[in-house]
Amino acid sequence: MILTRENILNFVITAGLILVPIYAVIVEEPFTITLATRAVIFSLAAVGLNIALGLGGMVSLGHAVFFGLGGYTMGILAFHAQSYIPLFEWPILIEGTKQMLVVWPLAMIISAIAAFVIGLLSLRTGGVYFIMITLAFGQMFFFFSISWSAYGGEDGLSIYVRNQFPLVNTLVPIQFYAICLAILMLALWINARLAKSSFGLALSAARQNTARVRNVGLDPKSIKLVAFVISGAITGLAGALFADLNRFVSPTMFSWQLSGEIMVFIIIGGIGRLYGPVLGAIIFVTLEHFLGGISEYWLVFLGLLLLLIVLFSRGGLVGLLVGRERVHE
Amino acid sequence: MNKTILKTYNLTKNFGALRASDKISIDLRVGEIHGLIGPNGAGKTTLIAQIMGGLKPDSGLIEFDGTDITSFTTESRAQAGLGRTFQISQLAMDQTVLQNVVLGTVGERGDVWKFWRPVLAVQELRERAMESLSDVGLADKAATPVSELSHGGRRQLEVAIALTLNPKAFVMDEPMAGLGSDGSKKMTIFLDNLRTRAPILLVEHDMEAVFALSDRISVLVSGMVIATGSVDQIRNDARVRKAYLGEDS
Repeated sequence: MILTRENILNFVITAGLILVPIYAVIVEEPFTITLATRAVIFSLAAVGLNIALGLGGMVSLGHAVFFGLGGYTMGILAFHAQSYIPLFEWPILIEGTKQMLVVWPLAMIISAIAAFVIGLLSLRTGGVYFIMITLAFGQMFFFFSISWSAYGGEDGLSIYVRNQFPLVNTLVPIQFYAICLAILMLALWINARLAKSSFGLALSAARQNTARVRNVGLDPKSIKLVAFVISGAITGLAGALFADLNRFVSPTMFSWQLSGEIMVFIIIGGIGRLYGPVLGAIIFVTLEHFLGGISEYWLVFLGLLLLLIVLFSRGGLVGLLVGRERVHE
Repeated sequence: MNKTILKTYNLTKNFGALRASDKISIDLRVGEIHGLIGPNGAGKTTLIAQIMGGLKPDSGLIEFDGTDITSFTTESRAQAGLGRTFQISQLAMDQTVLQNVVLGTVGERGDVWKFWRPVLAVQELRERAMESLSDVGLADKAATPVSELSHGGRRQLEVAIALTLNPKAFVMDEPMAGLGSDGSKKMTIFLDNLRTRAPILLVEHDMEAVFALSDRISVLVSGMVIATGSVDQIRNDARVRKAYLGEDS
Protein backbone atom coordinates (compact mmCIF):
# COMPACT_ATOMS: atom_id res chain seq x y z
CA MET A 1 0.00 0.00 0.00
CA ILE A 2 1.40 3.34 -1.02
CA LEU A 3 1.18 6.09 1.57
CA THR A 4 -0.90 8.68 -0.23
CA ARG A 5 -3.06 11.35 1.35
CA GLU A 6 -6.10 9.38 0.29
CA ASN A 7 -4.85 6.22 1.98
CA ILE A 8 -4.14 8.17 5.15
CA LEU A 9 -7.65 9.61 5.12
CA ASN A 10 -9.11 6.15 4.56
CA PHE A 11 -7.06 4.84 7.45
CA VAL A 12 -8.23 7.63 9.75
CA ILE A 13 -11.88 6.95 8.85
CA THR A 14 -11.40 3.23 9.45
CA ALA A 15 -9.68 3.90 12.77
CA GLY A 16 -12.57 6.15 13.76
CA LEU A 17 -15.07 3.43 12.89
CA ILE A 18 -13.18 1.04 15.17
CA LEU A 19 -12.32 3.36 18.04
CA VAL A 20 -15.50 5.42 18.52
CA PRO A 21 -17.73 2.43 19.29
CA ILE A 22 -15.08 0.95 21.60
CA TYR A 23 -15.01 4.26 23.43
CA ALA A 24 -18.79 4.16 23.55
CA VAL A 25 -18.64 0.75 25.23
CA ILE A 26 -16.17 2.02 27.81
CA VAL A 27 -18.23 5.07 28.71
CA GLU A 28 -21.42 3.01 28.40
CA GLU A 29 -23.21 4.93 25.71
CA PRO A 30 -24.95 2.21 23.73
CA PHE A 31 -26.85 4.74 21.65
CA THR A 32 -23.61 5.91 20.07
CA ILE A 33 -23.04 2.34 18.96
CA THR A 34 -26.49 2.25 17.39
CA LEU A 35 -25.68 5.46 15.53
CA ALA A 36 -22.37 4.05 14.38
CA THR A 37 -24.10 0.87 13.21
CA ARG A 38 -26.58 2.97 11.30
CA ALA A 39 -23.74 4.89 9.66
CA VAL A 40 -21.89 1.69 8.76
CA ILE A 41 -24.98 0.11 7.21
CA PHE A 42 -25.77 3.24 5.23
CA SER A 43 -22.13 3.27 4.14
CA LEU A 44 -22.49 -0.27 2.86
CA ALA A 45 -25.63 0.64 0.92
CA ALA A 46 -23.80 3.57 -0.61
CA VAL A 47 -20.69 1.51 -1.39
CA GLY A 48 -23.07 -0.63 -3.42
CA LEU A 49 -24.48 2.37 -5.27
CA ASN A 50 -21.00 3.81 -5.76
CA ILE A 51 -20.06 0.85 -7.94
CA ALA A 52 -22.92 1.70 -10.29
CA LEU A 53 -22.72 5.47 -9.95
CA GLY A 54 -19.05 6.18 -9.35
CA LEU A 55 -17.42 3.51 -11.47
CA GLY A 56 -20.11 2.94 -14.05
CA GLY A 57 -21.73 6.37 -14.24
CA MET A 58 -25.22 4.93 -13.78
CA VAL A 59 -27.28 7.48 -11.90
CA SER A 60 -29.72 5.16 -10.21
CA LEU A 61 -32.48 6.82 -8.24
CA GLY A 62 -33.93 3.42 -7.45
CA HIS A 63 -31.38 1.80 -5.20
CA ALA A 64 -33.87 1.74 -2.35
CA VAL A 65 -35.42 -1.16 -4.27
CA PHE A 66 -32.45 -3.32 -3.33
CA PHE A 67 -32.22 -1.90 0.16
CA GLY A 68 -35.90 -2.70 0.64
CA LEU A 69 -35.67 -6.14 -0.95
CA GLY A 70 -32.80 -7.01 1.37
CA GLY A 71 -34.83 -5.72 4.29
CA TYR A 72 -37.97 -7.58 3.35
CA THR A 73 -36.03 -10.78 2.64
CA MET A 74 -34.80 -10.62 6.20
CA GLY A 75 -38.18 -9.48 7.55
CA ILE A 76 -40.25 -12.12 5.80
CA LEU A 77 -37.93 -14.96 6.75
CA ALA A 78 -37.87 -13.80 10.36
CA PHE A 79 -41.64 -13.31 10.38
CA HIS A 80 -42.15 -16.92 9.33
CA ALA A 81 -39.56 -18.16 11.78
CA GLN A 82 -41.06 -16.33 14.73
CA SER A 83 -44.66 -17.25 13.89
CA TYR A 84 -43.79 -20.88 13.04
CA ILE A 85 -45.65 -20.62 9.75
CA PRO A 86 -43.69 -22.20 6.89
CA LEU A 87 -42.85 -19.91 3.99
CA PHE A 88 -43.90 -22.56 1.50
CA GLU A 89 -45.36 -26.00 2.03
CA TRP A 90 -45.44 -26.94 -1.58
CA PRO A 91 -43.59 -28.29 -3.56
CA ILE A 92 -41.12 -28.56 -0.71
CA LEU A 93 -41.38 -27.35 2.83
CA ILE A 94 -39.46 -24.11 3.33
CA GLU A 95 -39.45 -22.55 6.75
CA GLY A 96 -38.42 -19.11 7.84
CA THR A 97 -35.02 -18.62 9.34
CA LYS A 98 -33.22 -16.46 11.83
CA GLN A 99 -29.72 -17.29 10.61
CA MET A 100 -27.82 -14.37 9.15
CA LEU A 101 -25.68 -16.73 7.12
CA VAL A 102 -28.82 -17.88 5.33
CA VAL A 103 -30.53 -14.50 5.16
CA TRP A 104 -27.58 -12.59 3.69
CA PRO A 105 -26.98 -14.71 0.60
CA LEU A 106 -30.71 -14.81 -0.06
CA ALA A 107 -31.02 -11.03 0.31
CA MET A 108 -28.13 -10.60 -2.11
CA ILE A 109 -29.47 -13.09 -4.64
CA ILE A 110 -32.94 -11.57 -4.63
CA SER A 111 -31.52 -8.05 -4.96
CA ALA A 112 -29.20 -9.22 -7.71
CA ILE A 113 -32.07 -10.73 -9.68
CA ALA A 114 -34.08 -7.53 -9.30
CA ALA A 115 -31.02 -5.49 -10.34
CA PHE A 116 -30.60 -7.68 -13.39
CA VAL A 117 -34.17 -7.12 -14.54
CA ILE A 118 -34.20 -3.40 -13.71
CA GLY A 119 -30.76 -2.92 -15.23
CA LEU A 120 -31.67 -4.81 -18.39
CA LEU A 121 -34.61 -2.49 -18.98
CA SER A 122 -33.06 0.75 -17.72
CA LEU A 123 -29.76 0.40 -19.57
CA ARG A 124 -31.61 0.58 -22.86
CA THR A 125 -31.74 4.27 -22.07
CA GLY A 126 -29.31 6.74 -20.62
CA GLY A 127 -29.13 10.10 -18.90
CA VAL A 128 -32.34 11.49 -17.48
CA TYR A 129 -34.35 8.55 -18.78
CA PHE A 130 -32.20 6.14 -16.84
CA ILE A 131 -32.82 8.14 -13.67
CA MET A 132 -36.55 8.21 -14.33
CA ILE A 133 -36.88 4.50 -15.07
CA THR A 134 -34.94 3.49 -11.96
CA LEU A 135 -37.11 5.91 -9.98
CA ALA A 136 -40.24 4.36 -11.49
CA PHE A 137 -39.13 0.89 -10.44
CA GLY A 138 -38.52 2.23 -6.96
CA GLN A 139 -42.06 3.57 -6.79
CA MET A 140 -43.46 0.26 -8.06
CA PHE A 141 -41.80 -1.65 -5.25
CA PHE A 142 -42.80 1.01 -2.73
CA PHE A 143 -46.48 0.81 -3.56
CA PHE A 144 -46.39 -2.94 -3.83
CA SER A 145 -44.98 -3.21 -0.32
CA ILE A 146 -47.65 -0.85 0.99
CA SER A 147 -50.40 -2.99 -0.44
CA TRP A 148 -48.94 -6.36 0.50
CA SER A 149 -51.00 -6.83 3.65
CA ALA A 150 -49.73 -10.35 4.35
CA TYR A 151 -46.48 -8.75 5.45
CA GLY A 152 -47.80 -5.75 7.29
CA GLY A 153 -48.58 -3.47 4.37
CA GLU A 154 -48.14 0.12 5.39
CA ASP A 155 -47.41 -0.81 9.00
CA GLY A 156 -44.42 -2.93 8.14
CA LEU A 157 -43.16 -5.97 9.99
CA SER A 158 -41.73 -6.10 13.48
CA ILE A 159 -39.12 -8.68 14.30
CA TYR A 160 -38.88 -9.62 17.94
CA VAL A 161 -35.37 -10.94 18.20
CA ARG A 162 -32.33 -10.08 16.14
CA ASN A 163 -31.05 -12.74 13.75
CA GLN A 164 -28.26 -15.04 14.85
CA PHE A 165 -24.70 -15.40 13.78
CA PRO A 166 -22.48 -18.32 14.86
CA LEU A 167 -20.41 -17.61 17.98
CA VAL A 168 -21.70 -14.04 18.23
CA ASN A 169 -24.34 -12.63 20.52
CA THR A 170 -25.99 -10.28 18.05
CA LEU A 171 -28.13 -8.73 20.75
CA VAL A 172 -25.08 -7.06 22.24
CA PRO A 173 -24.83 -3.82 20.24
CA ILE A 174 -21.05 -3.81 19.87
CA GLN A 175 -21.05 -7.38 18.59
CA PHE A 176 -23.67 -6.64 15.98
CA TYR A 177 -21.71 -3.54 15.09
CA ALA A 178 -18.56 -5.63 14.61
CA ILE A 179 -20.40 -7.84 12.13
CA CYS A 180 -21.61 -4.84 10.15
CA LEU A 181 -18.19 -3.20 10.15
CA ALA A 182 -16.53 -6.41 9.01
CA ILE A 183 -18.96 -6.63 6.10
CA LEU A 184 -18.35 -2.99 5.20
CA MET A 185 -14.60 -3.56 5.17
CA LEU A 186 -15.05 -6.63 3.03
CA ALA A 187 -17.23 -4.68 0.60
CA LEU A 188 -14.67 -1.88 0.42
CA TRP A 189 -11.94 -4.40 -0.26
CA ILE A 190 -14.00 -5.97 -3.04
CA ASN A 191 -14.75 -2.51 -4.41
CA ALA A 192 -11.05 -1.58 -4.44
CA ARG A 193 -10.04 -4.78 -6.19
CA LEU A 194 -12.89 -4.50 -8.64
CA ALA A 195 -11.90 -0.97 -9.58
CA LYS A 196 -8.39 -2.08 -10.50
CA SER A 197 -9.41 -5.24 -12.35
CA SER A 198 -9.93 -5.72 -16.07
CA PHE A 199 -13.64 -5.38 -15.41
CA GLY A 200 -13.19 -2.16 -13.45
CA LEU A 201 -11.02 -0.65 -16.17
CA ALA A 202 -13.59 -1.48 -18.82
CA LEU A 203 -16.46 -0.24 -16.63
CA SER A 204 -14.75 3.05 -15.97
CA ALA A 205 -13.97 3.41 -19.67
CA ALA A 206 -17.61 2.64 -20.48
CA ARG A 207 -18.62 5.49 -18.17
CA GLN A 208 -16.30 7.89 -19.92
CA ASN A 209 -16.65 6.86 -23.54
CA THR A 210 -18.83 4.05 -24.84
CA ALA A 211 -17.49 4.39 -28.40
CA ARG A 212 -14.00 3.68 -27.14
CA VAL A 213 -15.12 0.52 -25.37
CA ARG A 214 -17.12 -0.71 -28.36
CA ASN A 215 -14.25 -0.22 -30.73
CA VAL A 216 -11.94 -2.44 -28.74
CA GLY A 217 -14.53 -5.17 -29.07
CA LEU A 218 -16.28 -4.92 -25.71
CA ASP A 219 -19.98 -4.46 -25.08
CA PRO A 220 -20.45 -1.54 -22.67
CA LYS A 221 -24.05 -2.49 -21.91
CA SER A 222 -23.29 -5.94 -20.56
CA ILE A 223 -20.37 -4.57 -18.56
CA LYS A 224 -22.64 -1.95 -17.00
CA LEU A 225 -25.36 -4.51 -16.36
CA VAL A 226 -23.01 -6.77 -14.42
CA ALA A 227 -21.83 -3.76 -12.41
CA PHE A 228 -25.44 -2.83 -11.68
CA VAL A 229 -26.12 -6.37 -10.43
CA ILE A 230 -23.08 -6.34 -8.14
CA SER A 231 -24.12 -2.90 -6.95
CA GLY A 232 -27.68 -4.02 -6.22
CA ALA A 233 -26.54 -7.11 -4.34
CA ILE A 234 -24.34 -5.07 -1.99
CA THR A 235 -27.08 -2.54 -1.31
CA GLY A 236 -29.44 -5.48 -0.73
CA LEU A 237 -27.14 -6.89 1.91
CA ALA A 238 -27.13 -3.49 3.61
CA GLY A 239 -30.92 -3.61 3.62
CA ALA A 240 -30.91 -6.95 5.43
CA LEU A 241 -28.57 -5.56 8.08
CA PHE A 242 -30.65 -2.40 8.43
CA ALA A 243 -33.76 -4.47 9.08
CA ASP A 244 -31.83 -6.37 11.70
CA LEU A 245 -30.58 -3.19 13.34
CA ASN A 246 -34.07 -1.74 13.71
CA ARG A 247 -35.80 -5.10 14.10
CA PHE A 248 -38.38 -3.56 11.86
CA VAL A 249 -39.11 -3.49 8.14
CA SER A 250 -41.45 -1.06 6.46
CA PRO A 251 -42.20 0.34 3.02
CA THR A 252 -40.04 3.41 3.79
CA MET A 253 -37.09 1.19 3.00
CA PHE A 254 -38.35 1.25 -0.59
CA SER A 255 -39.04 4.98 -0.66
CA TRP A 256 -37.45 7.26 -3.22
CA GLN A 257 -36.31 9.52 -0.41
CA LEU A 258 -34.08 6.70 0.72
CA SER A 259 -32.73 6.24 -2.82
CA GLY A 260 -31.95 9.94 -2.77
CA GLU A 261 -30.29 9.75 0.63
CA ILE A 262 -27.99 6.94 -0.49
CA MET A 263 -27.00 9.10 -3.42
CA VAL A 264 -26.49 12.10 -1.15
CA PHE A 265 -24.00 10.11 0.96
CA ILE A 266 -21.93 9.53 -2.14
CA ILE A 267 -22.13 13.10 -3.39
CA ILE A 268 -21.11 14.47 0.03
CA GLY A 269 -18.25 12.03 0.35
CA GLY A 270 -17.09 11.96 -3.25
CA ILE A 271 -18.45 10.16 -6.29
CA GLY A 272 -16.30 7.23 -7.33
CA ARG A 273 -13.95 7.60 -4.36
CA LEU A 274 -13.51 4.41 -2.36
CA TYR A 275 -14.30 5.97 1.04
CA GLY A 276 -16.61 8.64 -0.35
CA PRO A 277 -19.80 6.75 0.58
CA VAL A 278 -18.44 5.98 4.04
CA LEU A 279 -17.50 9.57 4.85
CA GLY A 280 -20.80 10.78 3.42
CA ALA A 281 -22.87 8.34 5.46
CA ILE A 282 -20.98 9.16 8.66
CA ILE A 283 -21.58 12.88 8.16
CA PHE A 284 -25.22 12.31 7.32
CA VAL A 285 -25.90 10.21 10.40
CA THR A 286 -23.98 12.63 12.62
CA LEU A 287 -25.86 15.65 11.32
CA GLU A 288 -29.14 13.76 11.50
CA HIS A 289 -28.49 13.05 15.16
CA PHE A 290 -27.21 16.44 16.32
CA LEU A 291 -29.06 18.84 14.03
CA GLY A 292 -32.12 16.60 14.02
CA GLY A 293 -32.16 17.01 17.81
CA ILE A 294 -32.24 20.78 17.45
CA SER A 295 -34.74 21.14 14.67
CA GLU A 296 -36.88 18.87 12.60
CA TYR A 297 -35.93 21.05 9.65
CA TRP A 298 -32.32 19.91 9.84
CA LEU A 299 -32.45 18.79 6.22
CA VAL A 300 -32.20 22.45 5.30
CA PHE A 301 -28.65 22.40 6.66
CA LEU A 302 -27.91 19.18 4.86
CA GLY A 303 -29.16 20.77 1.66
CA LEU A 304 -26.86 23.73 2.27
CA LEU A 305 -23.90 21.42 2.82
CA LEU A 306 -24.75 19.49 -0.31
CA LEU A 307 -25.01 22.69 -2.29
CA LEU A 308 -21.62 23.93 -1.08
CA ILE A 309 -19.96 20.63 -1.87
CA VAL A 310 -21.47 20.38 -5.33
CA LEU A 311 -20.54 23.97 -6.09
CA PHE A 312 -17.03 24.03 -4.70
CA SER A 313 -15.69 20.50 -4.74
CA ARG A 314 -16.33 18.16 -7.59
CA GLY A 315 -14.69 15.30 -5.74
CA GLY A 316 -16.88 15.66 -2.64
CA LEU A 317 -15.28 15.90 0.78
CA VAL A 318 -12.68 13.26 -0.05
CA GLY A 319 -11.68 15.33 -3.05
CA LEU A 320 -11.59 18.47 -0.90
CA LEU A 321 -9.36 16.81 1.70
CA VAL A 322 -6.93 14.87 -0.47
CA GLY A 323 -7.26 16.20 -4.00
CA ARG A 324 -8.02 14.32 -7.16
CA GLU A 325 -7.56 10.63 -7.54
CA ARG A 326 -4.29 9.28 -8.87
CA VAL A 327 -3.68 6.08 -10.70
CA HIS A 328 -1.24 3.78 -9.00
CA GLU A 329 0.28 0.80 -10.54
CA MET B 1 -3.47 -9.20 -57.01
CA ASN B 2 -3.59 -9.38 -53.25
CA LYS B 3 -6.52 -10.83 -51.37
CA THR B 4 -9.41 -8.49 -50.61
CA ILE B 5 -9.99 -8.18 -46.87
CA LEU B 6 -12.78 -5.59 -46.71
CA LYS B 7 -15.41 -4.93 -49.30
CA THR B 8 -18.65 -3.00 -49.55
CA TYR B 9 -21.30 -3.82 -52.15
CA ASN B 10 -23.70 -1.11 -53.25
CA LEU B 11 -23.85 0.46 -49.82
CA THR B 12 -26.72 2.93 -49.72
CA LYS B 13 -27.85 5.19 -46.92
CA ASN B 14 -30.48 7.91 -47.02
CA PHE B 15 -31.14 10.62 -44.49
CA GLY B 16 -34.61 11.68 -45.51
CA ALA B 17 -34.25 13.05 -49.02
CA LEU B 18 -30.47 13.22 -48.77
CA ARG B 19 -28.63 10.26 -50.23
CA ALA B 20 -25.48 10.15 -48.09
CA SER B 21 -24.19 6.92 -49.57
CA ASP B 22 -25.13 6.00 -53.10
CA LYS B 23 -24.33 2.43 -54.08
CA ILE B 24 -20.81 2.59 -52.72
CA SER B 25 -18.65 -0.37 -53.64
CA ILE B 26 -15.08 -0.14 -52.49
CA ASP B 27 -12.56 -2.72 -51.40
CA LEU B 28 -9.41 -2.91 -49.33
CA ARG B 29 -6.69 -5.38 -50.23
CA VAL B 30 -4.05 -6.93 -48.05
CA GLY B 31 -0.87 -4.87 -47.96
CA GLU B 32 -2.28 -1.64 -49.27
CA ILE B 33 -3.33 1.76 -48.09
CA HIS B 34 -6.55 2.76 -49.72
CA GLY B 35 -7.12 6.48 -49.47
CA LEU B 36 -10.65 7.79 -49.35
CA ILE B 37 -10.99 11.45 -50.23
CA GLY B 38 -13.79 13.79 -51.03
CA PRO B 39 -14.97 17.32 -50.28
CA ASN B 40 -16.79 18.13 -47.03
CA GLY B 41 -20.19 16.56 -46.93
CA ALA B 42 -19.28 13.93 -49.50
CA GLY B 43 -20.33 11.19 -47.07
CA LYS B 44 -16.96 9.88 -45.90
CA THR B 45 -17.89 9.82 -42.25
CA THR B 46 -21.25 8.22 -43.07
CA LEU B 47 -19.44 5.50 -44.99
CA ILE B 48 -17.00 4.86 -42.15
CA ALA B 49 -19.87 4.72 -39.67
CA GLN B 50 -21.54 2.03 -41.77
CA ILE B 51 -18.36 0.03 -42.08
CA MET B 52 -17.81 0.19 -38.32
CA GLY B 53 -21.41 -0.53 -37.37
CA GLY B 54 -22.41 2.87 -36.00
CA LEU B 55 -24.95 3.31 -38.80
CA LYS B 56 -27.06 0.69 -40.53
CA PRO B 57 -27.05 0.89 -44.33
CA ASP B 58 -30.47 0.99 -45.99
CA SER B 59 -29.24 -1.53 -48.50
CA GLY B 60 -26.02 -3.17 -49.57
CA LEU B 61 -23.52 -5.46 -47.93
CA ILE B 62 -20.25 -5.21 -46.06
CA GLU B 63 -17.91 -8.16 -46.26
CA PHE B 64 -14.88 -8.54 -44.04
CA ASP B 65 -12.42 -11.39 -44.25
CA GLY B 66 -14.91 -13.51 -46.14
CA THR B 67 -17.79 -12.90 -43.73
CA ASP B 68 -20.87 -10.77 -44.26
CA ILE B 69 -20.65 -8.39 -41.30
CA THR B 70 -23.49 -6.07 -42.31
CA SER B 71 -25.58 -7.06 -39.29
CA PHE B 72 -22.66 -7.18 -36.82
CA THR B 73 -22.49 -4.81 -33.87
CA THR B 74 -19.55 -2.44 -33.59
CA GLU B 75 -17.99 -4.62 -30.91
CA SER B 76 -18.29 -7.78 -33.03
CA ARG B 77 -16.61 -5.98 -35.91
CA ALA B 78 -13.75 -4.96 -33.63
CA GLN B 79 -13.48 -8.56 -32.43
CA ALA B 80 -13.46 -9.77 -36.02
CA GLY B 81 -10.39 -7.63 -36.60
CA LEU B 82 -11.40 -4.13 -37.66
CA GLY B 83 -9.23 -1.58 -35.88
CA ARG B 84 -10.55 1.94 -35.95
CA THR B 85 -9.24 5.37 -35.13
CA PHE B 86 -11.61 8.29 -34.83
CA GLN B 87 -11.71 11.69 -36.39
CA ILE B 88 -12.44 13.15 -32.97
CA SER B 89 -10.45 11.25 -30.35
CA GLN B 90 -12.58 8.80 -28.41
CA LEU B 91 -10.64 8.10 -25.26
CA ALA B 92 -11.24 7.55 -21.56
CA MET B 93 -10.10 11.00 -20.51
CA ASP B 94 -9.83 10.36 -16.75
CA GLN B 95 -7.57 7.39 -17.29
CA THR B 96 -3.88 7.31 -18.04
CA VAL B 97 -2.42 6.67 -21.46
CA LEU B 98 -1.37 3.20 -20.34
CA GLN B 99 -4.85 2.38 -19.01
CA ASN B 100 -6.39 3.31 -22.34
CA VAL B 101 -4.02 1.04 -24.21
CA VAL B 102 -4.40 -1.80 -21.70
CA LEU B 103 -8.14 -1.56 -22.33
CA GLY B 104 -7.31 -2.43 -25.92
CA THR B 105 -5.38 -5.53 -24.86
CA VAL B 106 -8.28 -6.53 -22.60
CA GLY B 107 -10.62 -6.15 -25.56
CA GLU B 108 -8.34 -8.09 -27.85
CA ARG B 109 -8.36 -11.03 -25.46
CA GLY B 110 -12.00 -10.70 -24.54
CA ASP B 111 -10.64 -10.71 -21.01
CA VAL B 112 -13.12 -8.35 -19.43
CA TRP B 113 -14.74 -10.74 -16.96
CA LYS B 114 -11.87 -10.73 -14.51
CA PHE B 115 -12.94 -9.04 -11.34
CA TRP B 116 -10.10 -9.58 -8.93
CA ARG B 117 -6.70 -9.40 -10.59
CA PRO B 118 -5.25 -5.86 -10.87
CA VAL B 119 -5.12 -5.44 -14.62
CA LEU B 120 -2.11 -3.15 -14.72
CA ALA B 121 -0.07 -5.75 -12.84
CA VAL B 122 -0.53 -8.35 -15.57
CA GLN B 123 2.89 -8.45 -17.25
CA GLU B 124 1.60 -9.83 -20.51
CA LEU B 125 -0.98 -7.10 -21.04
CA ARG B 126 1.36 -4.42 -19.86
CA GLU B 127 4.15 -5.45 -22.20
CA ARG B 128 1.76 -5.65 -25.11
CA ALA B 129 0.46 -2.19 -24.30
CA MET B 130 3.93 -0.71 -23.89
CA GLU B 131 4.95 -2.24 -27.20
CA SER B 132 2.10 -0.43 -28.94
CA LEU B 133 2.98 2.79 -27.17
CA SER B 134 6.61 2.49 -28.25
CA ASP B 135 5.46 1.86 -31.81
CA VAL B 136 3.68 5.20 -31.93
CA GLY B 137 6.31 6.97 -29.83
CA LEU B 138 4.24 7.50 -26.70
CA ALA B 139 6.06 5.15 -24.32
CA ASP B 140 7.38 8.00 -22.15
CA LYS B 141 3.83 9.31 -21.67
CA ALA B 142 2.42 6.03 -20.33
CA ALA B 143 1.60 7.41 -16.87
CA THR B 144 0.13 10.69 -18.11
CA PRO B 145 -3.63 11.16 -17.72
CA VAL B 146 -5.20 11.48 -21.16
CA SER B 147 -6.81 14.75 -20.12
CA GLU B 148 -3.30 16.22 -19.85
CA LEU B 149 -2.11 14.78 -23.15
CA SER B 150 -1.62 17.07 -26.16
CA HIS B 151 -3.90 16.83 -29.15
CA GLY B 152 -1.20 15.14 -31.20
CA GLY B 153 -0.54 12.71 -28.38
CA ARG B 154 -4.19 11.74 -28.35
CA ARG B 155 -4.07 10.99 -32.08
CA GLN B 156 -1.06 8.76 -31.49
CA LEU B 157 -2.83 7.10 -28.59
CA GLU B 158 -5.83 6.27 -30.77
CA VAL B 159 -3.50 4.48 -33.15
CA ALA B 160 -1.73 2.70 -30.30
CA ILE B 161 -5.05 1.34 -29.02
CA ALA B 162 -5.98 0.13 -32.49
CA LEU B 163 -2.59 -1.61 -32.69
CA THR B 164 -3.21 -3.63 -29.53
CA LEU B 165 -6.21 -5.22 -31.23
CA ASN B 166 -3.91 -6.87 -33.77
CA PRO B 167 -6.44 -5.99 -36.45
CA LYS B 168 -6.65 -7.52 -39.88
CA ALA B 169 -7.48 -4.10 -41.27
CA PHE B 170 -7.42 -0.52 -40.03
CA VAL B 171 -10.08 2.04 -40.67
CA MET B 172 -8.65 5.45 -39.91
CA ASP B 173 -10.70 8.60 -39.96
CA GLU B 174 -8.37 11.56 -40.40
CA PRO B 175 -5.44 10.43 -38.28
CA MET B 176 -3.51 13.59 -39.22
CA ALA B 177 -6.24 16.03 -38.21
CA GLY B 178 -4.73 18.81 -36.15
CA LEU B 179 -1.27 17.29 -36.00
CA GLY B 180 0.65 20.16 -37.56
CA SER B 181 3.15 19.63 -40.33
CA ASP B 182 5.80 18.01 -38.17
CA GLY B 183 3.45 15.56 -36.50
CA SER B 184 1.78 14.91 -39.81
CA LYS B 185 5.09 13.90 -41.34
CA LYS B 186 5.88 11.54 -38.49
CA MET B 187 2.45 9.95 -38.74
CA THR B 188 2.89 9.56 -42.50
CA ILE B 189 6.13 7.62 -42.00
CA PHE B 190 4.48 5.53 -39.33
CA LEU B 191 1.45 4.63 -41.44
CA ASP B 192 3.70 3.90 -44.39
CA ASN B 193 5.31 1.10 -42.39
CA LEU B 194 2.04 -0.01 -40.86
CA ARG B 195 0.55 -1.26 -44.13
CA THR B 196 2.70 -4.40 -43.97
CA ARG B 197 1.03 -5.30 -40.66
CA ALA B 198 -2.46 -4.67 -41.87
CA PRO B 199 -4.02 -2.72 -44.71
CA ILE B 200 -5.48 0.70 -44.02
CA LEU B 201 -8.62 2.35 -45.27
CA LEU B 202 -7.54 5.93 -44.82
CA VAL B 203 -9.88 8.88 -44.77
CA GLU B 204 -7.79 11.99 -44.77
CA HIS B 205 -7.99 15.67 -45.57
CA ASP B 206 -4.23 16.12 -45.81
CA MET B 207 -3.85 15.65 -49.57
CA GLU B 208 -0.09 15.55 -49.47
CA ALA B 209 -0.23 12.66 -47.04
CA VAL B 210 -2.93 10.80 -48.94
CA PHE B 211 -1.11 11.03 -52.24
CA ALA B 212 2.19 10.07 -50.63
CA LEU B 213 0.78 7.06 -48.80
CA SER B 214 -1.98 5.54 -50.86
CA ASP B 215 -1.61 2.60 -53.18
CA ARG B 216 -5.08 3.34 -54.45
CA ILE B 217 -7.45 6.20 -53.92
CA SER B 218 -11.23 6.39 -54.11
CA VAL B 219 -12.94 9.71 -54.54
CA LEU B 220 -16.29 10.23 -52.95
CA VAL B 221 -18.55 13.04 -54.14
CA SER B 222 -22.16 13.50 -53.03
CA GLY B 223 -22.29 9.97 -51.69
CA MET B 224 -20.96 8.40 -54.88
CA VAL B 225 -17.59 6.93 -55.67
CA ILE B 226 -16.73 8.80 -58.85
CA ALA B 227 -13.32 7.22 -59.32
CA THR B 228 -11.03 4.56 -57.91
CA GLY B 229 -7.50 4.05 -59.06
CA SER B 230 -3.81 4.58 -58.54
CA VAL B 231 -2.46 7.93 -57.41
CA ASP B 232 -1.59 8.88 -60.98
CA GLN B 233 -4.94 7.83 -62.35
CA ILE B 234 -6.71 9.94 -59.76
CA ARG B 235 -4.45 12.94 -60.33
CA ASN B 236 -5.27 12.86 -64.00
CA ASP B 237 -8.93 11.93 -63.79
CA ALA B 238 -10.92 14.73 -65.37
CA ARG B 239 -14.04 14.12 -63.28
CA VAL B 240 -12.04 14.20 -60.08
CA ARG B 241 -10.35 17.44 -61.01
CA LYS B 242 -13.65 18.99 -61.84
CA ALA B 243 -15.71 17.68 -58.97
CA TYR B 244 -13.22 17.56 -56.22
CA LEU B 245 -10.31 19.83 -56.94
CA GLY B 246 -12.66 22.40 -58.41
CA GLU B 247 -10.64 22.78 -61.59
CA ASP B 248 -11.93 22.95 -65.10
CA SER B 249 -10.06 20.64 -67.36
